[in-house]
This record gives sequence, C-alpha cells and structure tokens, in this order.
Amino acid sequence: MKKLINQADNVVVDALKGMEAAHPDLLKVSYDPKYIVRADAPVKDKVAVVSGGGSGHEPLHGGFVGRGMLDAACPGEVFTSPTPDQMEAATKAVSGGKGVLHIVKNYTGDVLNFETAADLCQAEGIDVEAVVVDDDVAVKDSLYTAGRRGVGTTVLMEKIVGAAAERGKSLKEVADIARKVNAQGRSMGMALTSCTVPSAGKPTFELGADEMEVGIGIHGEPGRERMKVKTAREIVEMMSDAVISDLPYKSGDELIVMVNGMGGTPLIELYILYNEFAQVAKAKGLKISRKLVGNYITSLEMQGFSLTLLKADADMVKLWDDPVLTPGLRWGV
Amino acid sequence: MASLEQVRAWIDRLEAVYTENKEYLTELDSAIGDADHGINMARGFIAAKQALAENPPADIGALLKSVSMTLIKTVGGASGPLYGTFFLKAAMTCTGQTELDAEGIEKLFEDGINGVKQRGKAVVGDKTMIDAWEPALTAIKDTRQNGASIAEILDAAVAAAEQGRDSTVPLVARKGRASYLGERSKDHQDPGATSTVLMLTAARETLA
Repeated sequence: MKKLINQADNVVVDALKGMEAAHPDLLKVSYDPKYIVRADAPVKDKVAVVSGGGSGHEPLHGGFVGRGMLDAACPGEVFTSPTPDQMEAATKAVSGGKGVLHIVKNYTGDVLNFETAADLCQAEGIDVEAVVVDDDVAVKDSLYTAGRRGVGTTVLMEKIVGAAAERGKSLKEVADIARKVNAQGRSMGMALTSCTVPSAGKPTFELGADEMEVGIGIHGEPGRERMKVKTAREIVEMMSDAVISDLPYKSGDELIVMVNGMGGTPLIELYILYNEFAQVAKAKGLKISRKLVGNYITSLEMQGFSLTLLKADADMVKLWDDPVLTPGLRWGV
Repeated sequence: MASLEQVRAWIDRLEAVYTENKEYLTELDSAIGDADHGINMARGFIAAKQALAENPPADIGALLKSVSMTLIKTVGGASGPLYGTFFLKAAMTCTGQTELDAEGIEKLFEDGINGVKQRGKAVVGDKTMIDAWEPALTAIKDTRQNGASIAEILDAAVAAAEQGRDSTVPLVARKGRASYLGERSKDHQDPGATSTVLMLTAARETLA
C-alpha cells in the first residue's frame, strides 16, 4: 500500500487537523467526540442540518459544512459509521432552537446510529427529524435487502436543504424538501479499480486489468455486473439507461445532473463522460438546468464515476442557486 | 435473586467471552459481512468493564446504563446501537434496583429485547440476532409463567437461542450488509445471532 499518510490509525484525525488548519474561516473541529461545525454555529432561529458517515468520501460530508449547506458533519473511521455520541454532541453544538434535521445515507450502521442519536437528543428536548437517502438504482431487490444505498443524491440534498434552512423554513418544511429530493433523485456508479482502506492495507476487491464493475457502491460493494471495459460513450449510455428508466425521467423533465468522480479519475475523463450524458439527455428530451462535474462523493482513490440525476422544479433550482460557502462548494457569495 | 455484584460479574464475563471468541465471530462476519464483529464486540466489552471499574455504579439500572453508553460509543457498526439499545432499555426497567428476582430478570430481557426489535426492525427469519433473541424471549416468558427459578429461565433462554442461532445457517439474509449478497448469504451462520447466544450463556453462568 502506497498512501500519503503518516499512520493508518491516524488518517481521520490527521485529515481533520488539516481541514481545521485550511479553513478556520469556515469551520471548527471537535476531536472528542469527532465532529465539524460551521464557524458561526449555532445559528439562532435556523433549522440546523447535520449529516455524517464513514470517512473516505471527501469532500462529503465535512467539506460541505458552512453557510448555505451543512451546520455539522460527523466523520466515522474510513468507511465506518460514526457513533451516536458524536451525532448527539454535534446536534447540540448546532441546535439553534428551531429543530435539527439529520441527513442519513441508507446503510444499516448509519441508520441505527443516527436513530439512537435522535433518541438521545429527543430525550433532552431537541426536536430532531431524520431523512434517509436511498438513491442507488444498482440495488435491484430493495424489498429483500437493507434497501437501496445512499449515494450521489446526498450531495444535491445537502445543498438544497441547506439553502432551505438558511431561508428560515421550518423543520417540517425542510424535511419535506429533503424527502422530495430523495424521491426524485437516482444514481449509479461504476469502477475501473478498487480502493484500499488504510487500516486494511490491501485492495477491497480485485478487478482484472481489462474489467470494470458496473453498479459499484461507494465502499466497493459489489454492483450489478462485472464486464470488459467499454468506451466512455457505451458506459454512459448503459448507465443512463439504468438511471433514467428507474424513476423514470421523461421527456421535458428539468434535471440537476452530477457527474461525480470516485477519487482516482481525472477531470478530463469526467468531462468526456459529461459530454456523452449531455448527448443522451438531448436525444431523450431531458433538460439539464444545472450540473456539477467533479469529485464530490468519492471512494478513496478508486477510479470510476457515478451519475446522479435529480428531477428539479423551479423552487428546487432556486434553492440550488442560493449562496453557498463551504470548502467543497461555493458560489453566489 | 440476582445481585448487583452478579450483574457486574455478567459484564466482566462478557469481556472474557468476547475476547476469547474475537476471531471466531470475525471469521463468521468475514463470510457475509465486513469482518469486524468479533473485534468490535471485544473492544466494546473491554471498555465497558473498564468503565465499571473506574466508576462502580450503585444500582443495576446505573450499571446497565453505563454499559449501554460505552457500547454505543465504542462498538460501532450496526451491533453498537443494537446491543447499546438492549442495555439502555434493560437499564430503564432496573432503575434504582440492587437485586432482581425472576420477574425482574424477565423484565430486564423483555424490555431489552423489545428495544433491539424496535431499533433493528428485523423479524425472525431475516438472518439476524433477532433469530436468537426472539425465541429466547418466548422461552423466558413461558418458563417464568410456570414459576421457574432464574436458573431455569436462563437455561430455557440459552437452549432456545442456540436453536435460533443454528436456524440461521440455511437462511438468505434480508437485513444488514449480508442482505446485499442475496443467495450467497446461504450456508453461513449469522454472527449477530452467535454473539447473542454468547451473551445469554454468560448471563446463565453469572446471574443464577
């Protein structure tokens, strides 16, 4: 294993120290328990938005802490859920008296830990609502499994919901918007290579030099199918079909689109992929209102990408355009 | 009667049991999960035992609450909140008590197990720890109704849980990480049901 780290056991703490050193104007870091809050927290009379999950997906979630997005993020160990004591402390640190929304990606550990945290917070009189993101179309039999995994839609939800909270909406309104984003968002990912969890020291899975895994999860979970690598056009057409037919997205729909790198794919390839998707969208009559192209929800150094589509009405696009000031996303300020 | 000292001995015993079975549980978990169950349980109960040694609680409720909070913080994954919830709900029913009779033992497990069921939302047949907890709860309630002693109640609970654990082998997982494997989760014993049997066996050895 070759990585730019000091010690495998200290990866998360060392990275948190780096975030604190780089962005003191945007955020503050607590180390025991571990959480990141926006610099001006708690913001009075605003719904606070808290998320969290295993580390290794940066900039998600810590890189999205700041004005117009998350009030707090709880980082777990790499690919491991954070624990309820972190979530409880973070929730208390940002609670501004108007309630707190927890954004939870659908993994059994994350869901159970956030539920336990919500119980602990509610026992102390903090109003907490949770919204679970489960947008990964690669999981087919969601009735017979723990359900679809939470992936790319999480990024779009954190932006839109953070803006809604910033505008002063109530906890119920903010939670409703979050549920709507989840209902209208779908994603799928693919990988050309595995990734290596620092504490494990070896790749999570093996993939032949000429193979790719389509439908991969953000922790290297198996996807729908392993096959020979194809051209960018063929891959985008295959993945677009799976995502578009799932909701389904129809001709005339307005979309917010994210072409997201898994951590080890260069931007030049992501733009090739975006161009292919733009062709597909045009042919199907889908209107791309807004887009993100870059690394937003990664899987350490994995080579690959994911495609996320969100059917967005005018209100959602307005919230998307609202100012945001975080290490990972910033515009309008 | 089970005393405060006996409940403390149960937790101390669990530290030894999970440390002894660390590799066994992790091996079961590596087949259908993420290969950390044994490591997580051992870490959790080492910390729980240490917390009790540093701050000896004055009653059974406070003791179980301390165990709960330590497990929630240190175990991680899905089993942290599940076992943490078991001890949290059990603590609430034992608040202020320094000894438990057969009925008290029944209540401890009834509230604890119901907490796990509520938190995990799994049912018998999903290939989870509920496959061991649910039959154990039924056995506890049945034997208690017939006026059994704590030893008899926990004997019945262990026997029922062992049967439940063994029943997980041919099942296809429908909850947790193993569920993504579908048919490939067959022919493996569930690690959560296995750690539950160990917890009940230790209770039988210390509380009766």
